[in-house]
Amino acid sequence: MMTRDRAESSSNVSTTSWIEVVALYVMSITLALMLSALLVEATGGSAGTVVEALVSGSLTSPGRWGQTIGIAVPILLVALGTIVSTRGALVNIGQEGQLLIGAGCGAYASVHLGNHHQWPGGVVLVAIIAAGIAGGALWAGIAALLRYKRNVPEVLSTLLLVAIASQVVAYALRRESLLLAPLGRGQGTQTQQTLAVPESARMPSPEIFGNEVSLSLVLALLAAFMVAFALARTIWGFRLTVLGHNARVAQRSGVAAARYGGIAMVTSGAFAGLAGAVMLVGGDFGNYRLSAGFAANIGWTGLLVALVSRGRVLPAVLIAFILACLRTGSGFLAATGVERRITDVVQALLILALLIPPALLYVRERRRTEAALDSRDLS
Amino acid sequence: MNDLIRAVGDVVTSEATWISAVTFAALLGFGAVGEWVAEKSGTMNISLEGMLLAGAFAGAVGYDVTESTAAAMAFGALGGVSVAAVQAHMSHHLSADQFVVGLTLNIGVLGLSGFLDGEIEPQTARAARTALPLLSDIPFLGDALFDQPWPMYLLYPMIPLAWWLVYRTRWGLEVRAVGERPNAAHASGIAVNLRRRQSIYLAGLSAGLGGAYLTIGVIGSFDTAMVGGRGFIAIAAVIFGGWTLRGTIAGCVLFGTVLSFRLSLPLVGYELNNELLTSLPFVVTLLAMAVFAQRVRAPGALAQPFIGMPD
Repeated sequence: MMTRDRAESSSNVSTTSWIEVVALYVMSITLALMLSALLVEATGGSAGTVVEALVSGSLTSPGRWGQTIGIAVPILLVALGTIVSTRGALVNIGQEGQLLIGAGCGAYASVHLGNHHQWPGGVVLVAIIAAGIAGGALWAGIAALLRYKRNVPEVLSTLLLVAIASQVVAYALRRESLLLAPLGRGQGTQTQQTLAVPESARMPSPEIFGNEVSLSLVLALLAAFMVAFALARTIWGFRLTVLGHNARVAQRSGVAAARYGGIAMVTSGAFAGLAGAVMLVGGDFGNYRLSAGFAANIGWTGLLVALVSRGRVLPAVLIAFILACLRTGSGFLAATGVERRITDVVQALLILALLIPPALLYVRERRRTEAALDSRDLS
Repeated sequence: MNDLIRAVGDVVTSEATWISAVTFAALLGFGAVGEWVAEKSGTMNISLEGMLLAGAFAGAVGYDVTESTAAAMAFGALGGVSVAAVQAHMSHHLSADQFVVGLTLNIGVLGLSGFLDGEIEPQTARAARTALPLLSDIPFLGDALFDQPWPMYLLYPMIPLAWWLVYRTRWGLEVRAVGERPNAAHASGIAVNLRRRQSIYLAGLSAGLGGAYLTIGVIGSFDTAMVGGRGFIAIAAVIFGGWTLRGTIAGCVLFGTVLSFRLSLPLVGYELNNELLTSLPFVVTLLAMAVFAQRVRAPGALAQPFIGMPD
């Protein structure tokens, strides 16, 4: 990871100063925020109060930044997996489905081992997480199989599998033998959700400065380190990078596309599934229960984080946290009278803004190189 | 399984199911015709979903403002084109990754239309049906194809027009060249990224019309979930059709029919598992691609950005 960064920056140094880069980012982000503000003002809201609500809802109000971290963790986990598959030039965009299947498998483990058989909490927690990883890996594995055995573009298969995943989970949520919670005493109608994860099997979240910080943060940071290390410092990561840059070179140097690409795809699914399991045991989503809308766009958000951070782990951590802030902050928007959907718009504009500077610089770099080559040819 | 087969038999002989199959196929067709042109030029235009939704919302707003179906369709086209503008310039001007841009646009349009829908609450109505004389008297398919709200009829000329554009004009030749060998096209003086942008604009135009058709011609009101992944199925139809227009349309008819099962099977008295019915189009799409994807050849430079001199 570090060597790649250094190589990239050193090639940039010749023509682009870092001040220019920063200025470009500042400009495009400011533009995105101004557009958002304009939209709020145009529809009769006040941009100032919206910002205040977002900040207080995500960071400054008591207990909120703990929750923001609880949301940033699954986003980051999804992003980490996506960084791996993107490194192999695979376009996995089905994390939302992989995450949901992971959460579904985790919930199955929780219901059957935890609620029914009452295994010890720690064992159940590990089982939930393992089931989540397996579920996500399996769901991505389908796309990998279709890609390498049947030549189906993974862009589309992963996407279609998202829609199928939500129906599979909906199906399981209607069967008591699978996930559906049995009708409780004094409960009139059966809601489509699972039993809550047993208290002993939940992810512990110790209180730090008045905020409950889930231990899954440690898990995510560990995973971030591992991904960065595996990609930058192992032969496997090197081969995957070669495959991602030039499939033909990879083939000639003995890197089997199906094997490395397949593993990368399955890994990215496993991370999404892990994110789903972590969401289930973390409690910030659905209150320890799996229900129909459980995935809550975390898969999509994580995917965007990975793509915007352009395969680098550190920026991914930062961007995941910022997007999580937008999400927890949006909970406080209701008081300002502005529709909370506005945060989706802000998010999209921010991502587009983050795409512009690197693309601009890349294009300029390419053109300069080409111009240099051309003039050399002429002389 | 026997139930399913018998159900399919009943469905095929019921006129109402033809109507709903054609309706879904038309929606997919609106998306897929433009997408086909864009993919011919080398863009896998994932934002088709967002274009459809933008068209649907803009169509609703257009109808709310003008109370005219024609104006609503024009608004819809404009909505689709504005999404296309962002996609085209981000991915073939700035050379940002087209999938990232497309996904972001899908989410952004979903958020923006939801936000504005809450603010504006456009009032819409379903357009009346216009029967084409003689044609609508054809048994079975007459009502489904030729006794529909008129926006659907826009699709019929669009299909041959797209074919003519791509295969019989200089512009189309350049578009295909750009999609196959951008470097060679560039060397022979074709503005690669310009042609790609224009193709995406066409996709936006046709998907925008499709979205407005969905609001005005089919449902009669706007809802953010109304496109619900069908844009992706339209993209699959292009791949299923092996990047030929004929195959693409065949894909739209096939996937449209499967999509309509959810509405039409209960209509003829069959109770099938709801989750199965909802996921069936996606499963069929996947299976169809697993069978056919190996036999077709994608445009040589599909989804590969081109960075050359300014154009």
